[in-house]
Amino acid sequence: MTKPFIQISGLSKRFPGANGGEPLTVFESANFSIEKGEFVCIIGHSGCGKSTIMNILAGLDTPTDGGVIMGGKEISGPSLDRGVVFQNYSLLPWLSALKNVTFGVRARHPDWSRAQVLEHSQKYLEMVGLTGGAEHRKPAQLSGGMRQRVSIARAFAIRPELLLLDEPFGALDALTRGTIQDELTRIWSGSEQTVFMITHDVDEAILLADRILLMTNGPFARVAESVVIDIPRPRERAEIIHQPAYYKIRNHLVEFLARRSKQLSGVRDHGGEPPVTVRPGADDPDEQERRPASRPQLVSVAS
Amino acid sequence: MNGMALSDNSKAFLLSIAMLVAILGIWELATPGVKSAGELTEYEMLTGGGGEQARVPPPSQVIEKAVKELSNPFYDNGPNDKGIGIQLAYSLYRVLSGYFLAALIAIPIGFLIGMSPIAYKALDPFIQVLRPISPLAWMPLALFVIKDSQASAIFVIFICSIWPMLINTAFGVANVRKDWINVAKTHELGQLKTAFLVILPAAAPTILTGMRISIGIAWLVIVAAEMLVGGTGIGYYVWNEWNNLDLTSVIFSILMIGVVGMLLDTVFAYIQRAVQFQE
Repeated sequence: MTKPFIQISGLSKRFPGANGGEPLTVFESANFSIEKGEFVCIIGHSGCGKSTIMNILAGLDTPTDGGVIMGGKEISGPSLDRGVVFQNYSLLPWLSALKNVTFGVRARHPDWSRAQVLEHSQKYLEMVGLTGGAEHRKPAQLSGGMRQRVSIARAFAIRPELLLLDEPFGALDALTRGTIQDELTRIWSGSEQTVFMITHDVDEAILLADRILLMTNGPFARVAESVVIDIPRPRERAEIIHQPAYYKIRNHLVEFLARRSKQLSGVRDHGGEPPVTVRPGADDPDEQERRPASRPQLVSVAS
Repeated sequence: MNGMALSDNSKAFLLSIAMLVAILGIWELATPGVKSAGELTEYEMLTGGGGEQARVPPPSQVIEKAVKELSNPFYDNGPNDKGIGIQLAYSLYRVLSGYFLAALIAIPIGFLIGMSPIAYKALDPFIQVLRPISPLAWMPLALFVIKDSQASAIFVIFICSIWPMLINTAFGVANVRKDWINVAKTHELGQLKTAFLVILPAAAPTILTGMRISIGIAWLVIVAAEMLVGGTGIGYYVWNEWNNLDLTSVIFSILMIGVVGMLLDTVFAYIQRAVQFQE
């Protein structure tokens, strides 16, 4: 069996307790994997440590236990192989939109000529629809949606092996969010890019993801389920809600977040079992039963 | 005007002019010209003015003086009679050399302190003790150690302009948003590149604020320092004219100190605007 592209094993994060008290365990023994080209979303209530997992993947934080292996190498520190789109865009406000993108491209390709860097950056800004002078504006002169577009362009332009998105649309209004989700899907589908994304939005996750990881509540949070989204691509926002699988999956996710995330929480020493693979959207009732998780199967059976 | 609305700027400008005219008018009226009180005794003539008390000169005299001085600012008739331009140039030379020397040291050390909490804690007590010392208090020690009045004046400027730059640089660097540092990290920038491409531009507005405060203080201090060390410079000029009882020149040079100070501040305000960014 070939090894997965990214293997997260035994990942735990504890913070030392106040005044020498018992340490606070945010999450424990997280074991899951991500395949190359897969779009994985992670959902969980605040405080379950999803942002910490993302920061560990980005190399900006270190786990208390366990580790992450990507492409055969252990992650130790940040790398251009992993691009990050932060929740608050994290654009450099003294640079124009274009310069923010060339900043990344230049870091990735220090040997490129100025013209090459510029051409490459403009290509990606065009991809997110930022042209016609807007690319020369400073972030403060751009709307939230435009800023997030620049941030996405910067991350995609360095062509990382793994793209990490931390609630990228959290601060946007519903209309803008929809447009940028569509753009993200479009860019992603043409790129073979592996994406790991945090979100709070169940519908967004179903629209975008191949697979959704569900986390129980913290402390002692864990990745409990891996929900496969059996809805064929390309998915259209307007069409997807008519898919028979859509509401089955949605109900499953909502039920988990509303009830079971709490019920399942607080289990210590769960032995580091990998998340249970669930396919609520599968046609065949047998498929819906829980099976011990092997590698997630990405072949859609709903079509 | 024809009922046309004036912009706020032109209203303020007109008001400024009106105030200036009013102040000069009151000043002129309050200081009538010296009238001779009949025959003067030899003693009265020697003491310069026939019972008339020394008066603050009226603005008309000051303006006359200003026109005369500014029409030939760079004349040099020996150590006690140099043009106002030469005196200001000496002062500016001292201020700028002391100031840039201070910047050269304060900004890198401020960077270090800002980036390392340990360095900050270690240096903080020194800064807290040294900062409130009046720069002129260093003068005797500087004269003794350096044994050169020119260099001592520059040292005094150095020591007074170093603190605002040091503290502001450290503060600006320490408060660079974590997100921007993370951007540098995820783009695998080295320490030097992070410092120049991310931290420096992010902290530049705060650093420039410190530099602007420093140049203001340096210009305040140079006048006093030159009164002490003597020889040349605008501070010496003021004191020398006071010794000559030439109050017209004193007032004229006070105004020149103000104008040059304002110009220095304007330059730094301009640079500050250039590095300012909106989050």
